[in-house]
Amino acid sequence: MNMNLKNTFLVALKAIIVNKGRAFLTMLGVIIGVSSVVLLNSIGTGLQAYITEEFESLGSNNVIVFPGDVFGEGGGFDRDSQINAIGNNKLRLGDVADIERIREHVAFAIPFNSQADTASYRGETENISVINTTYQYEEMLNIRTAKGRFFSKTEDQGKERVAVLGWDIADTLFGKIDPIGKNIKLGTQTFKVVGVAEKQGGTFGGLSFDTYIYIPLETGFDLYDSQTILEIVVKIKDQNQIQTAIGAIEDVLSERLDDDEFSVFDQTEILNTITSILGVLTAGLGGIAAISLLVGGIGIMNIMLVSVTERTREIGLRKALGTTPNQILFQFLIESALLSVTGGLIGLALAYLGSLGLQAFFPAQVTVGAVLLAFGVSAVVGIIFGVAPARRASRLSPIEALRYE
Amino acid sequence: MPQSKRSKKSSSTKKIILELQNVSKVYEVGTQTIKALDGVSLRVREGDFLSVMGPSGSGKSTFLQVASILATPSSGHILINGKNTTKYNEVERAHLRNSEVGFVFQNYNLLAKTSALENVALPLVYAGIDEKTRLERAKVMLEKIGLGDRLHNTPSQLSGGQQQRVAIARALVNNPSIIFADEPTGNLDSKSGEEVRKILQQLSKEGRTIIMVTHEHDVADIAKQHISLIDGKIVDGKMKI
Repeated sequence: MNMNLKNTFLVALKAIIVNKGRAFLTMLGVIIGVSSVVLLNSIGTGLQAYITEEFESLGSNNVIVFPGDVFGEGGGFDRDSQINAIGNNKLRLGDVADIERIREHVAFAIPFNSQADTASYRGETENISVINTTYQYEEMLNIRTAKGRFFSKTEDQGKERVAVLGWDIADTLFGKIDPIGKNIKLGTQTFKVVGVAEKQGGTFGGLSFDTYIYIPLETGFDLYDSQTILEIVVKIKDQNQIQTAIGAIEDVLSERLDDDEFSVFDQTEILNTITSILGVLTAGLGGIAAISLLVGGIGIMNIMLVSVTERTREIGLRKALGTTPNQILFQFLIESALLSVTGGLIGLALAYLGSLGLQAFFPAQVTVGAVLLAFGVSAVVGIIFGVAPARRASRLSPIEALRYE
Repeated sequence: MPQSKRSKKSSSTKKIILELQNVSKVYEVGTQTIKALDGVSLRVREGDFLSVMGPSGSGKSTFLQVASILATPSSGHILINGKNTTKYNEVERAHLRNSEVGFVFQNYNLLAKTSALENVALPLVYAGIDEKTRLERAKVMLEKIGLGDRLHNTPSQLSGGQQQRVAIARALVNNPSIIFADEPTGNLDSKSGEEVRKILQQLSKEGRTIIMVTHEHDVADIAKQHISLIDGKIVDGKMKI
């Protein structure tokens, strides 16, 4: 039996090799199916991992206060209320002090605002974003300086004109010159550079931390003649008490503001929303790609049916020479399984190469689960769609088959 | 009623290779019933070379299919080498064909894009013989029929006569008890046909048992025994020589 199975396998393999060109075209459907399933999954998974990592790097027990009702009535992000929130921002500096007064839960809180501006040094001018915030921003968001230091409490409270540059902006403006102690202009005002933040890496799509310039909060209030606070980040003492802390902060803010004039949430909420959206997106894209895998399987069945018809006389001859119906069945089943498994392997190789290419500018991650799933599905597809042609072949009467023209 | 005549006493002591006992084959075509074989009884002994003749529609093809256990009879019994095949299932018949029966077809039926050597070795694949032995035996067989220099040619690189010789080598390679040849020269020109006839005669001289269906008298002449079929019945069974 072993011998027979091996022989049947070799017969099937030979039938594929004899028709190389057609075999490749047949496999193409599965190749495209498997590679797109794995590649799309790698994009989705990579994106999720990247975003989770970014959020975690911001510190895990931070609570964020936004103006307006960010999550809207339905619970998801509500675009209209966000626009309304920024236009009708009721947050003010006093709220930060109020929040910090909840000493049971709150370690400290920092407000910040962001403005678009230009930065220039010796004729080199760049469009940048200015973040005006307190000296504690450094600790809150784990900012590390590559050169110099973050601005100090004294500089912050003294409203001094000092600036910390993001890595990229320092590189653009100064090149190989050491920026520490040099004066730059933000708009028309002169600022002294006291530090350069470490390179953070790219947030694809949006702004990068590396293109920000940080200045003290109230220096910014004066510079831009605006007391606006875009966001308050609150450091909570105990990670397990975050929900209680959110409740306490909401109570404090409710004394002055209406419920729809502010939102308090922690990062896991945003993270959960984003990962669930990405999860649905990945599954959806994967599902669409899986359809091409199915179409690939139908392609295999089609070619195998043609192949059975084409080789009717060969089947008749083999039967006359002593092949049993089961051996014919297995020959054709193995043939279609080989086609789809080989197609699956080529598809995996392509997906792997594709994800390597993507990694240059996108955090694609090929997961073992996706590989096993796509490969398993392709093998199963080959066997399932091989059954009908193989059964047809095995049931041919040798006489009819030999007579077939 | 047995129709075949075995007049030579000396041959009657030889082993019976194929025996048909009152074999009939009935086809239903729509509402019509066609008796393609009608109570045929026959004994073929070791070393016999039997030609089967008859006009078209006489049941020659059906006779060959049923006798070679490619098809099952509607009634009657077929014994090959003493084994009664009546109750054999498809798998058992496949195994028996593989070990006891060799086929030579009118249109050769070689596998395309496959070398002469591998074509000849094909029956041995299903006999469960290892590849090395298969190819060795196939090579010996091809050399025997004079194609030792064409081992690796595919059918499309061989003439019709050469292809039929490859098919004969394939029929012989598993050393069957009986060889069935269906119009073996039907597709060949006279020169190639002559080559094939000579090979069949040679095989007969070596003691092979052969049953050959043909409608050509000069081909039938090389056989030692002859029967004719009309309407599914043996009408004439005379011995040559």
